Amino acid sequence: MTLSLSKDTIQVTKEQDVVFLKNRVKETAVKIKMGLVNQTRLLTAASELVRNMMRYANGGACIIEVVSSGRANGVRLTFSDSGPGIPDLDAAMRDGFSTGKSLGLGLPGTKRLMNEFNIKSKVGEGTVITIIKWN
Amino acid sequence: MSIKTHILLQKKKKNILELWMKNQLADEGLREDLISNDELRGQSEELINVLVGNLSGDNFTDFDSDEWSPVIEILGGIAITRARQGFSPRETGNFVFSLKEAILEVLQEEIKGDPQTLFTESLKINRLMDNLSIITFETFIKGREEVILRQTDEITEISTPVIRVWDGILALPIIGTLDSARTQVVMENLLQEIVETGSSIAILDISGVPAVDSLVAQHLIKTVSATRLMGAECIISGIRPEIAQTVVHLGIDLSNIITKATLASALAYSFKIMKLEVKRAGAVNKF
Amino acid sequence: MDKIPILRLGAYLLVSIQVDLYDRLALTLEADLVQMVNKTGAKGVLIDISAVSIVDSFMGRIIGNIASMSKILDAETVVVGMQPAVAITLIELGLPLKGVHTALDMEKGMNLLKTMIGDSSGEEDQETDPDYDDTIA
Repeated sequence: MTLSLSKDTIQVTKEQDVVFLKNRVKETAVKIKMGLVNQTRLLTAASELVRNMMRYANGGACIIEVVSSGRANGVRLTFSDSGPGIPDLDAAMRDGFSTGKSLGLGLPGTKRLMNEFNIKSKVGEGTVITIIKWN
Repeated sequence: MSIKTHILLQKKKKNILELWMKNQLADEGLREDLISNDELRGQSEELINVLVGNLSGDNFTDFDSDEWSPVIEILGGIAITRARQGFSPRETGNFVFSLKEAILEVLQEEIKGDPQTLFTESLKINRLMDNLSIITFETFIKGREEVILRQTDEITEISTPVIRVWDGILALPIIGTLDSARTQVVMENLLQEIVETGSSIAILDISGVPAVDSLVAQHLIKTVSATRLMGAECIISGIRPEIAQTVVHLGIDLSNIITKATLASALAYSFKIMKLEVKRAGAVNKF
Repeated sequence: MDKIPILRLGAYLLVSIQVDLYDRLALTLEADLVQMVNKTGAKGVLIDISAVSIVDSFMGRIIGNIASMSKILDAETVVVGMQPAVAITLIELGLPLKGVHTALDMEKGMNLLKTMIGDSSGEEDQETDPDYDDTIA
């Protein structure tokens, strides 16, 4: 069972918003005393996902939450956009797959950095990605 | 009638305490080695004060109400302390059960003329005390779990020392199974130590690792790759013949990693990279 | 628009990244650095990332690009000072930065560059570089 302790929504449409978002994620991680390596994993994952959101959907929103499982605290990020959506999720989750001109590490790499990773996407409606890093 | 019960209990607090203490001290499971009688009396008195003081006519059955939180807090504190001190679950449970008996005994004494009331009131007391016992057990188990978690942390910390074997060479003997949590600690300690000492070579000795399967191999490869990214070299030593066999049988590719059979040969190899020579002192004298 | 300064020291170019890179800054650095390698005929590029706390796949790719492009222009690239947390994250992300040389610090990186370049060219590079101008923006 995962309990949400605090919630903060940030709209991301410009490059400055990306910097602002990263700072907020970092603040949240520091607040729950997350270790340095996990902080780095979380921030790197956030960086990957927000870039995808900017590149493929022209922006979207990110919800930053402090969550608790009773035993540990963590940070949950929910990225949602109303972009074109991902037609083939299985392919997108494979290493080396990319429709843009990138390495195709974004989604599978991000999943490896996180404790929990959840993606929902509908073509023509948008994509919602939820990630959790426990403390 | 319940109004009478809580007033009754408040009035008879002293009696209940005495009876409870008598029960506890008479119990075979009394642990004088873990807790002194005075301390036990202190704990009992504190609990009974809060419990009885907290009773009112209508909160008897409503256990979710906030009024119970001071009682739960004190009981939880006692249970956790007992878990840490090494009391058995039975001994901890008896602490609450003996209180129940003491209360029921006093109640029986006081309302013996009215069996109907005695029955309903006893039922209420029973329910209340059972709830308290459950809380005690829950907290007790939580306390034990905390002890276990702390020990696990300690073991992972203790078992991964990073040794400076030479100026610029670190060694890290790994003993026991290498799971992903352990790899995490090993890798972080090693990389941090590389930065702090400015060492350019790290030797990971796996003589103490009982088996290497594809998952362990993956962890090793990950550590080596991260070390290289930082600009240092990582050598894996202490590979026993049977480990070499399983690695090949499983089809694990370690060809990108420098592997040595013993820590000594890994050290010799490191000296060669660093262009160091070890000579027998006698050879110098002859010259 | 900020830029990351590129310092020239003899046959080497030095870059010290003191801020967290955002995408446009990283792309500018890539372009500037390749221009500089070409213009100065530098033999080695040293990139210090000890102050960088996040390297994601995009920035990892830029670093790889710089190394590959410099290689084509006959210059070696060494990345120094990567933080442990960054190294762990890059490996988990699946980005081992193949083809990029790494060293623990500036000094070790410089030594590595010298040995790599020493193999192919002479040691006396200083004479051919009388102009000791450093920053290029």
